[in-house]
This record gives sequence, structure tokens and C-alpha cells, in this order.
Amino acid sequence: MAPVIQSSQQWVEKYRPKQVKDVAHQDEVVRVLTNTLETGSCPHMLFYGPPAVLERILTMDDLVRIDNFLHIEPELYKSRVLELNASDDRGINVVRTKIKNFAAVAVGSGRQGGYPCPPFKIIILDEADSMTEDAQASLMLCGVPWKLTPESQDSFSFVITSAGAFSDAFFQIIEPLASRCAKFRFKPLSEDIMTGRVLHICKEEGLDLDSEALSTLSSISQGDLRRAITYLQGAARLFGSSISSKDLISVSGVIPQEVVQSLFAACKGGDFDVVNKEVNNVILEGYPVSQMLSQLFEVIVGADDISDEQKAKICKKLAETDKCLVDGADEYLQLLDVASITTRVLCNMPLELSYEN
Amino acid sequence: MLWVDKYRPKTLDKVIVHEDVAQNLKKLVTEQDCPHLLFYGPPGSGKKTLIMALLRQMFGPSAEKVKVENKTWKVDAGTRTIDLELTTLASTYHVELNPSDAGFQDRYIVQEIIKEMAKNRPIDTKGKKGFKVLVLNEVDKLSREAQHSLRRTMEKYSASCRLILCCNSSSKVTEAVRSRCLNVRINAPTEEQIVKVLEFIGKKEGLQLPSGFAARIAEKSNRSLRRAILAFETCRVQQYPFTSNQAIPPMDWEEYVSEIASDIVKEQSPKRLFQVRGKIYELLINCIPPEIVLKRLLFELLKKLDAELKHEVCHWAAYYEHRMRLGQKAIFHIEAFVAKFMSIYKGFLIATFG
Repeated sequence: MAPVIQSSQQWVEKYRPKQVKDVAHQDEVVRVLTNTLETGSCPHMLFYGPPAVLERILTMDDLVRIDNFLHIEPELYKSRVLELNASDDRGINVVRTKIKNFAAVAVGSGRQGGYPCPPFKIIILDEADSMTEDAQASLMLCGVPWKLTPESQDSFSFVITSAGAFSDAFFQIIEPLASRCAKFRFKPLSEDIMTGRVLHICKEEGLDLDSEALSTLSSISQGDLRRAITYLQGAARLFGSSISSKDLISVSGVIPQEVVQSLFAACKGGDFDVVNKEVNNVILEGYPVSQMLSQLFEVIVGADDISDEQKAKICKKLAETDKCLVDGADEYLQLLDVASITTRVLCNMPLELSYEN
Repeated sequence: MLWVDKYRPKTLDKVIVHEDVAQNLKKLVTEQDCPHLLFYGPPGSGKKTLIMALLRQMFGPSAEKVKVENKTWKVDAGTRTIDLELTTLASTYHVELNPSDAGFQDRYIVQEIIKEMAKNRPIDTKGKKGFKVLVLNEVDKLSREAQHSLRRTMEKYSASCRLILCCNSSSKVTEAVRSRCLNVRINAPTEEQIVKVLEFIGKKEGLQLPSGFAARIAEKSNRSLRRAILAFETCRVQQYPFTSNQAIPPMDWEEYVSEIASDIVKEQSPKRLFQVRGKIYELLINCIPPEIVLKRLLFELLKKLDAELKHEVCHWAAYYEHRMRLGQKAIFHIEAFVAKFMSIYKGFLIATFG
């Protein structure tokens, strides 16, 4: 029998804010948006912020759809709103044809079916930071001609959202494009707000979460609400309705502290073969090395018995290794390299072989 | 049939090695509330076995009736159309594919083909809406763009489609994708677990296992269950009844690498380097992946070295492996590593013995 879906919805989707006023705690942004609505003029908008607050991105299209935030009649939605995201092809060609054609047709205002339909179209470009620079440049130019004639001045409005690792996503939007938009920065959620949200979900789903688990959840999710919710859902499915902090760690892919400590201890011991064995073990246990690096980093920075110089040397290597991993280098070799440098630094062995040159 | 396939556990209940994971997965499916899953772990740890068992648990035995389909997709990419050939393994309920097969065009697979598949919602006999499962292998080999495209697909079609992703290292999967999945870590089985499996197979086959023999195979297998079972079967073919000190045949390419390693340690000269190059070419021609050659070579070399040299050598191995990833021709970088090693080793010898 094929499975029947009852509550197959992802919680992230399920608990996404449905109304503007629910949008989690981005007060200024919400205020501006509401104002925009009332006055009926809508600038190009650029939303950006860390991936943590992703709630917002989809809020925008939900805004249009569910809440009738922009007061567009549902039937007109298709003709008024164009939505493109990274799963669509968005090369320069799409900008030149699809977007331009969509934008070129002006629409009239007028109340239809009880909705104060605004006299412009909306183009939502989700995840704009993954657009190519060329496409962005042509996007910018395609905005200009329509702005020139007064009567079509408000014929369309871009909503650009950009998600990505913290602020760098913003820098991937080219400057001339960014300067044409009203920018809305979404801030990361504070811990209280996250806790509140998580507790709300727990209540709705009938979950039992003790305070220890709650603090674990906020530390492993690093301020990322979506991640927190996903972990919570995963743990709830695997372990039932009462969740301990250990369950959360096991679904989150965080490496148990003992493993990190034993690698660190092996490095302190100074015996290469022991270190090698430990590294091999980490790889075979399937722990992700990038995660290992960041946890090792925390251990090393936090350690009291290491001098600042030693810490600096190790951290430098960690940074280099992180880059190598991003390039796709082999995990075992990279971790072994880090461990070997750490060993040498901790045991005050020379980093360079003396008889070289 | 190979023992590896013959004794692959078919249901989650019969899994021997990752019992706890299997039980959790079972719970997950019985609640009929399956999230996207990301399985990661070293090769030979049983990811695929678990996925197949999971599918069976979800859809019953008919999920095992798979047929291989080789289809050419025409993808419209603006100015031109791209023909993409893709091999899929499909049953009524699930489709399994290897998106990284398309190389640098993997983005189109994710954007067009996976989206297309995800959109179609199967309807079961009772007219209820079911969901489809897409199994994607080797997601860690997908390009960054492709992974970016995947994230929206995962959200948008989550009602009609579940993705099961499978990869070796989750470091190479972007954060955005990882945070949308339930991550399941599959560790390599321990040697005791491997012994247990081998004994189980031995019993089923009616074989006499001398004590310690299974343990020796397990030790040689480098904690890969698949390798252990294959080696076990090879031993069975070579000599039966087993004797407790029977030689376990190593992989021939490993022999070959170990030969190269002793060559390098014996003599460091341009002439030797030239000979070694020939041997490495031989390995590459036989489709041994270059990074595995390099890793094995490091492993063999480390066995022969003093402690202080080990640090240096492993640093250079990591350095050249990274370069190999960035560059195009693997042989250059392996050879560079060999040359570097020779120079370090020679320097060491001169410094020590004069």
C-alpha cells in the first residue's frame, strides 16, 4: 500500500508565518512594508540577510498570495506576479526575454473583486545572489527604459531577495543594482525569539522539551531557526515526543565532544601513529570533517594551557584547510595534515625540517 | 550471485550492522511522515542497503522490482538545446539517479529533470495521493550551482516528493541542502560487527570457519563490509576447507602501490622517478582513482618512515591532493608528490648519514 500522507508537511513550511504581522520580529521591515502598502507606491526592494531568517524570503511570496498583502486579486496573480528562483534557469537570456516581456506590458489599476489592486506588476527574484553578474547587469538596464516614461513609471516593481552566508550574499548583488533598490536588511533572530518560536511549535505538536535540550538546540542551530525546526522535527520523528539533548545532537550531525577531545588528546601526546589512527577513526565513523574543524577550533581557542602563538599557528592551518575542503580536497588527508601540524605545534616540534634547502 | 548481493538484508528488521539506525528509520516510516533524508558515511558502510530496505519498508516488495532506463532528455537552455543522457533505476514508487554523471551540466539535471520528476504526483489504487521518492547518489559531487537549485526544489515539491540523498562526505554538501534534510550518519562497521556478519554468512553457507579467520579478514578490510565479504568469498574460492593461517589475497593494485613505495624508498633519482611514472600510469589506466592511489601511496610510505618525516610527508600529500583537485591531469600531481618525497628523503638521509 502506498503511504497515506497525513502530516507529511515539513514543519518549516507548516509554521511559516502567514501574515505580515506574524513575520518573526523584523519590526522595522514590517513597518516599512505596511506603509508602502497604504501609500500604494512600491519601490524596488532588495531583501537580504543571513540564511537563518529565511522565514522572510518565502514570506514575501506568501505575502502576496495568502495575506493579499499587496491586495492583488487571486485570479490576477498569474498576470501580475512573476516569480523566479534558483531552481529556474536565470541566465542573461531569461532576463532579456522573459522578464523584459513580462515587464513590458503595463497594467491598469482599478479595484476588481474588492481588492485594491495596485497598478504595477511584481517580479520576485528569489536567491538573486546566485545569479550571474551579467544577468544582474542586464536586469538593471532592463529596469531603466520603463522608468523613463512617466505614465508607465510604476508599471512594475522588483522584489529581489538574497539569501546566503551572512552578509556576503549582499555583496554578490552588484552595486548598481543594489543602489536602485530600497534595501531591507533582515537581522538574525535573537535567542529569546527563537526559543519562543520553538516552544510555540513544541506546544502545537505536543512535544516535551526540557530546558537542557532547549539550550542545546539553540547552540547547535547557531541562530538558524529553520535548522532548529528541522532538527526538532527529525528528533521528534525518530525518538517520539519527549526529546533529550542527546537525541538532538544525534540528528544534528554535531560531533560528540568525546571524539573531538580524543583527537585533541592524541595530538597532545605527540605520537604520529596514534594521531593517524584517531584521524582514520573519525573518517570511518563518517563524521564530516568541516564540522570537525569547527569543533576542533572551539576546543583549541578555548584551551587554557596553550600559548597564544601556538593557537595562532594552529588556527592559520585550520583556515587553510577549510579552504582546501571547499575546493573538494580529500577529507582524510586534510584532517591528517591539520592533526599533524597541531601535534607539532603542541609538542614544540619544528614546523620546517631543518636540513632542507 | 555474489555473496555481497545474496546476503544483503532486504528489510529493516534483518539488518545486522546498523540495527539502531534501522529501527529509527522504521519508526520514521511507520509514522508516515517522512522528511527528506541525507545519508552520509564512508564507502562500504551500508548506506545503499539501508536505503533499499527503507524503500521496501515504505512501499512493500514491489519497490524492489526495478528497471533500468536510459533516457535522453532534451533540455532547453536558452539559445541551444542540450541533450542529456541519464541512466535511471526506477520502480513504481521511486526513481534512483546519479545526477553527477552529467558532469558540469548537472545543473540542468537538477533544474529540469528532477523538477519534472518531482512535479508528477503518483496516485495509488485507492485514488489517494501518494508521494514519490527520488534517490540521488553522490550528491557531494554535484556542483555548487546544482546544489543551490536543489534547495528550492526540495521545499517546493515537498508535498509530492521526498528526496533521499546519499553521499560519502557531508562536508561537500552545502549547508542549505543539509539543513533541509534529516541527516543520517552511517558509520563504518567495527571489526567485531564485520566478524559477526562473516560468521552469519559462513553459517548460512554451511562453512567451517577456523577461529580467528574471520577476524583476520575483518582486520584487512579496513572496516569496509563490502570488501570483507568479497575477500571472504575469494578465500572460499581459493581454498576450502579454510585453514586458520590461510593467506588473504590483497587487492592487486594495493600490492602494486606497495611495490612503488618500496621502489621510491630504495632509490631517489630522476631515473627511478621515470620508472615510477610508468607504474602510476599503469594504475590510472586501470581506472584506480588518482586520489586513492595517492592515499594508498602515503599509507605505504608512512609505514617505512621515521616519526619526524611522517609529519612532513603527510603535509605534502595533503598539499598535492588539493592541487590535484584543482588541476586537470592527476599524474602531474602524483609525480610531483613522489619527487617531493624523494627530495625530502634524500635530504634526510644525507643529513643523518652524511
